[in-house]
Amino acid sequence: MTSPLEQKKIKIAGPSVVTANRTWDGIVVYRTAAKSWSADLSEAAIVRDPDEAKSLLAESVADDVGAIGPYIAPVQVGADGKIEPGNLREQIRRTGVTIGQPAQA
Amino acid sequence: MYAYDEIDRTLVNERVSEFRDQVKRRLSGELTEDEFKILRLQNGVYLQLHAYMFRVAIPYGTLAANQLRALAHVARKYDRGYGHFTTRQNIQFNWIKLAELPDALEDLAKVGIHAMQTSGNNMRNVTSDQWAGVAPGEIEDPRIWSELIRQHTTLHPEFSFLPRKFKIAITASDHDRAAIKIHDIGLKLIKNEKGETGFEVLVGGGLGRTPFIGKTIKHFVHGRDILSYIEAILRVYNQYGRRDNIYKARIKILVHELGIEKFSREVEEEWQHIRNSSLQIDDEVIEDIRSRFTYPAYEKLPHMPDELRQAAADADFEAWRKNSVAPHKVQGYAIVTISLKPIGKPPGDATADQMDALADLADKYSFGEIRVGHEQNLALPHVAKRDLPALWKALDKLGLATPNVNLITDIIACPGLDYCSLANARSIPIAQELTRRFADHELANLIGRLHINISGCINACGHHHVGHIGILGVEKNGEEVYQITIGGRADEGAALGNLIGPGVKFDEVADVIEDVVEAYLALRERPEELFIDTVKRLGVEPFKERVYATR
Repeated sequence: MTSPLEQKKIKIAGPSVVTANRTWDGIVVYRTAAKSWSADLSEAAIVRDPDEAKSLLAESVADDVGAIGPYIAPVQVGADGKIEPGNLREQIRRTGVTIGQPAQA
Repeated sequence: MYAYDEIDRTLVNERVSEFRDQVKRRLSGELTEDEFKILRLQNGVYLQLHAYMFRVAIPYGTLAANQLRALAHVARKYDRGYGHFTTRQNIQFNWIKLAELPDALEDLAKVGIHAMQTSGNNMRNVTSDQWAGVAPGEIEDPRIWSELIRQHTTLHPEFSFLPRKFKIAITASDHDRAAIKIHDIGLKLIKNEKGETGFEVLVGGGLGRTPFIGKTIKHFVHGRDILSYIEAILRVYNQYGRRDNIYKARIKILVHELGIEKFSREVEEEWQHIRNSSLQIDDEVIEDIRSRFTYPAYEKLPHMPDELRQAAADADFEAWRKNSVAPHKVQGYAIVTISLKPIGKPPGDATADQMDALADLADKYSFGEIRVGHEQNLALPHVAKRDLPALWKALDKLGLATPNVNLITDIIACPGLDYCSLANARSIPIAQELTRRFADHELANLIGRLHINISGCINACGHHHVGHIGILGVEKNGEEVYQITIGGRADEGAALGNLIGPGVKFDEVADVIEDVVEAYLALRERPEELFIDTVKRLGVEPFKERVYATR
């Protein structure tokens, strides 16, 4: 759960994705293999070594109009290929706050 | 209330137009995020976990009913129907779209609200006592001076690119409700032996990674010299403050490293160059600001009206009155604190519907005025005592009459990992669980005044260092772990809490707090001895023993 703002080097210990927030509305997005952004984690491009991660991140950073603050985040890939967030922070970003929100007025 | 003049209105409106153009250029790609970031921060726009977060200033914690309705409107139209009141008299909206932000700002500007300097390395919202102007015994209304400083520092180029953010708080009462000792500059209004109004000036307070309690740098600065003295402090900070290391950039580090005596000498030397300049304030300037603060036309009312006498038979009303209602400087009136800490809900949140309803109640019972305190509660500052029973019933219907002000469930908490991109651990669920554990009002009353503060990271937005019980969430090996401190306080006796032992896991926090409270109940000499006083008398050890003996 270390903040990505503190990420100094690209270190990945397993399957990872690049995630960011979409520029115009701020929602959580993931970099896809089609060099685009998707709000659906299942469409994210998976990288498994530092070079791949570096390359995906560089491409994401270059798309400055599409999304902001890209960083590499861990994921877990199930035997069925299903992608799940790799830590609590990313789980919260994907599924929302854990506390329930006041009813929408 | 304070009435903005034409200069203020023009400034706010021009700022909206400027930001609209900046957003447009950002969305078209003309501005990169690197170029845009500082511009959005200067307008209170952060990027958080799920979305942009928009922080709006509530200068010195004073809101008019129509301003609260405008905040409700923003919550409803541009966000998800609620807002979060912070520990520095701001409100935050968590789900704002960048493309819609200029419209939200424009809607707020119509009622004189803005988001200038609610983030970035500049002079932040000047905060004050939420009971300013109505508290019995205060020297004078501290908001007059808050407003003077606000006017002088807003968009001041010398203060717009400081080494780091800079926060000022002002109080005019002996009991400090503005937490001045944990601010970069804390000002306490006092009178000197000649009866002149001035300030005791404190400097170098702050929490975060390296917490310090502010130190008195000058025992009396005349009111007419306060701008030049503040400017002298800022000039020394601007000159010597570190810009190479964000963790050492706050003025508290400079004051600590130079020592208060040397820092004080540097400020004094700088001050002598500028104190007799145009920064010296004419009485007319102060009188002009004073005249723009309007006060209600209070009626002559009895100290104990029949309505209040009759309502005293209702135990639920009495429970609420005892901890929510405070004396007012005018006979027959009271200050009512509205708890934004309902059991099981996030501290400091209010829905758009609640804000609208509160604005109506303010119109009906408080001359259209609402206050915001750093404890993340609201207040109605001018309620006739005869109206207290009716107001209580109305608040109860809104879920805003929880009788827990200053009790153990009146918890201050930052947004934590549920919202914040800096956080390492969750704060709000810890607060929610603690309010459920201590939901029984009789138990909470038995425990008495006890402040719990929770932060989800070392940046300490929940002011955990100065909680009677402080809870700091950190991350250890991918898990949320919480460090518990006791003995902190944020008032005139401000102190930093002491760690009681190793961190505990998320699921254990509420059990540990229960142990600490049980130890207090067993150790206190008499029911009137507050938790904080028992800790001061006995230190950490007996609490540590109780918590860790069986763990």
